[in-house]
Amino acid sequence: MTTPTTSLAQPTTTLATAPSAWRDALRIGLIGGVCAVLVALIGMIEAFSNRNIIAGVITLGTLLIIGSAFLSGYFATRSASDSPRAAEVIGRGALAGLMTSLFLTLLALFVNAVPTIRSMFINASPALVQLLTLGQGMPAGNLLLLVVGTMMGALAGLLQLVPPVFHRSLIIGVVITILIGMMQDLLRVTFQNWSALRPVSNFFFTSNGLAPAGAATIFALAIVFNVVWSQRGDRVRAGIRSLPPAQRRALNLGLVIFGGIILLALPWVVGLFFSEVLVNVGLFVLMALGLNIVVGFAGLLDLGYVAFYAIGAYMIGLLTSTSKEIVFAGGWSFWAALPFAIAVAILAGAILGIPVLKIRGDYLAIVTLGFGEIIRLLAQSDFLKPVLGGSRGVELIPKPAIGPFEFAGPQELYYLILAGCVIAVFVSLRLKDSRQGRAWMAMREDEDVAQTMGINLVNTKLLAFMIGASLAGIAGAIFASKLAIIYPHSFNLLISILVLAVVIIGGMGSIPGVILGALVLVGLPELLREFSDYRLLLYGAALVLMMLVRPEGLWPEEARQRELHEAEEEVSLSEKLADDEELAREGATG
Amino acid sequence: MVATRTKRVIRLEPTDVFIYIIGALIVFVVVVGSIATLSQGKYSINAWVDLFVFGVTLGSIYSLIALGYTMVYGILRMINFAHSEVFMSGPFTAYFLAEAFSRSGFLNQSPVIALILIFALSMGTSVLVAVLIERIAYRPLRNAPRLVPLITAIGASFFVQYMFRGLYGTNIKVYPEIEALKGQITLGAFRVSYIQILVIVAAAAMMLGLHLFVQKTRTGKAMRAVAEDRSTAALMGINVDNIIVTTFILGGALAGAAGVLYALVFTQVHFFMGFIPGIKAFTAAVLGGIGNIPGAMLGGLFLGVIESLGPMLFLDGLGITAPYQLKDAIAFSLLVLVLIFRPTGILGERIREKKA
Repeated sequence: MTTPTTSLAQPTTTLATAPSAWRDALRIGLIGGVCAVLVALIGMIEAFSNRNIIAGVITLGTLLIIGSAFLSGYFATRSASDSPRAAEVIGRGALAGLMTSLFLTLLALFVNAVPTIRSMFINASPALVQLLTLGQGMPAGNLLLLVVGTMMGALAGLLQLVPPVFHRSLIIGVVITILIGMMQDLLRVTFQNWSALRPVSNFFFTSNGLAPAGAATIFALAIVFNVVWSQRGDRVRAGIRSLPPAQRRALNLGLVIFGGIILLALPWVVGLFFSEVLVNVGLFVLMALGLNIVVGFAGLLDLGYVAFYAIGAYMIGLLTSTSKEIVFAGGWSFWAALPFAIAVAILAGAILGIPVLKIRGDYLAIVTLGFGEIIRLLAQSDFLKPVLGGSRGVELIPKPAIGPFEFAGPQELYYLILAGCVIAVFVSLRLKDSRQGRAWMAMREDEDVAQTMGINLVNTKLLAFMIGASLAGIAGAIFASKLAIIYPHSFNLLISILVLAVVIIGGMGSIPGVILGALVLVGLPELLREFSDYRLLLYGAALVLMMLVRPEGLWPEEARQRELHEAEEEVSLSEKLADDEELAREGATG
Repeated sequence: MVATRTKRVIRLEPTDVFIYIIGALIVFVVVVGSIATLSQGKYSINAWVDLFVFGVTLGSIYSLIALGYTMVYGILRMINFAHSEVFMSGPFTAYFLAEAFSRSGFLNQSPVIALILIFALSMGTSVLVAVLIERIAYRPLRNAPRLVPLITAIGASFFVQYMFRGLYGTNIKVYPEIEALKGQITLGAFRVSYIQILVIVAAAAMMLGLHLFVQKTRTGKAMRAVAEDRSTAALMGINVDNIIVTTFILGGALAGAAGVLYALVFTQVHFFMGFIPGIKAFTAAVLGGIGNIPGAMLGGLFLGVIESLGPMLFLDGLGITAPYQLKDAIAFSLLVLVLIFRPTGILGERIREKKA
């Protein structure tokens, strides 16, 4: 915070501020080094080293090692792009990169010298040392890592000096190449399903990682596309905007139909494994759209959202199960039970909503968290075992079926969830701009003012809880029939947190944002097995980073973004006013 | 504000009626359950005393953690959701020291020095985690809308939890036992183990120390001033950022100490151990009136005793099987009930609703 103001206040004294910029580079390199050591000790480098990005060239683990040095260099030189001397910027980047790789080198030396440290840090293994020396043995590998780290930092500094278009394109190219490299075994399987695409697949992919030529092609294509788009994109967008209304409507309709066909065909195109992932993503989309109404529209932070999911699942379980161990096992069909599951979830939304009507903000979060845990503990207890099955849960839940068509596997269940998501999106879209949606938004901004404007807070809040609960109930119902057996410990706090993370990282109140959030947060970790161990770690980090850097989410809702930026403007304005006052005071005294 | 208050008294809303019916029902269940249990006479007086002593032990640990919640809430008006991880990180790290001491025999040769070192490491780690969380996750967001810091706190909590899972592994680690603490004192119906005495005495000493610090020292006075009104305190020449860091240091140290005590009582640590005690300590803080330091101490003891006696006392008489499984549900219900019926807590200190 202090550096930009000083440099702004004294633009002429570059020589005086230069050492502080070097110090900053050193500091950032240090922070980057600590973070890199942490990442190594948590075990991410070792776990990710099994995934080849480019066959025989680089693994995701190695990428983390050299990427940390690059990132240090990048952040160390980011604010210095206006510096007149190129060598200085590159030097700063190199310093930061050297610092970061020095930490990793020290870690390697330390782990090598004190192997017993492994009884404490379980990931400080010889394999990690080997990775940290880039597979080159002890003294040579250490030097190599330092050199590579310095070069990476310098490269990051160099990147700051190229024109912004290429700067951005290069970054996007690298990111896309890495992403495709990470996804490669899944993409390859999909490509292999289609014999016509097999040569293409063989060009890009090997059995383990991208082919070097393929990687280069992807990188080049991504850059070319990005450069072209940055020059022509505005014109294309302007062209679409200037189309006559009838044609624009036709274009929109065409896009919707096209999207619909893709969505319908998707499970059969991508195969069984992807469909399973899609089903899980769909469940979270459904829940997140429900929570989006509660948190995003109405601003009520609910940490016990899993309760409604559990209630939906248990209602379906109890009503449709044919198990002998449950007293009230109904043996109904899914479709007969579904309305009851939704109705009970809505009722639960109202019953849990009424007591918390007057509770606000953080207290609300804690109370709802308490509710969610109470419901789980009750379902788990021996006390309600005859009714709810105790910790053994409810078994023998049949699959839903329409006539002879049974939603048996993930490829069929996908359609059930798709239908649920479409309904949820439709409901959310219609509610958002309705009178009710406006009332929620008003309440989110300021409850007292909303009440003064004639909004009935009781009804408004309860409706949000009830609609949110109904969507979670549907998701729970589908979840129960998907697994055919439910345990109380499937409904723990982590589900609530995950759904909350989806809503917040996607963008509170934004419907496309929530869908994107579910794809990123639920889909990616399921696709990449190595990530599943670090899922919650990364979610936690993502929540913090998101709030620090981009509180409006990945795909923000317009109103909310405007609001957050207004707040920023206000803050900067008031800061400026305070500065002016201070200056005036100084002027008066001096 | 005054107008709405009086209007609410005159016009009873149906939702309020619903809430009060639920409240009355719960009171009814508790009273009937207690009478039923006591009239059956299934448990001897000794069993009740044992449960009570255990409740006080547990309660003093909750009090220590609750102080961290309450001090941070008093100053920043936010729930430090990550405090449960501050509590976990200390004893989890100190486990390795305790384990090493135990292997070398040092733990039983000179248990006092060993324990002091274990406490020091645990408190140090917790302080470090607390300060880092404050610096990275909370300080940049001091003027953000009200939900933002809470979400960051949740994120930080999960990050720290799974970071320690990655560092130390998922296994449950068994804390070494100390020979010197194995015995117990019998005083008629009272049976108190040495560990329980250690926990209660240590907790009481630390709480007394904190009380003196907050009431008698200059820094303590500054803390109270910042809690009262941050901007005015800043105008009086108090460095608010320093005071906030001090608060996190104090809270972290108490949580780290509480963690070792908890590990001594339950003889195990794992990465998820912070969650339940954390929520309960928060309940204790709310019970005593959040932001109120003596309240947190009282609330912790009260919650510990209720949790220890409650399942047997309230539920056993009603013929509920395995009531002990529901002890957490009782604690959570207490939290919900307090927040609904008396959000100002037992010692009721009204804290203004934080506005965006």
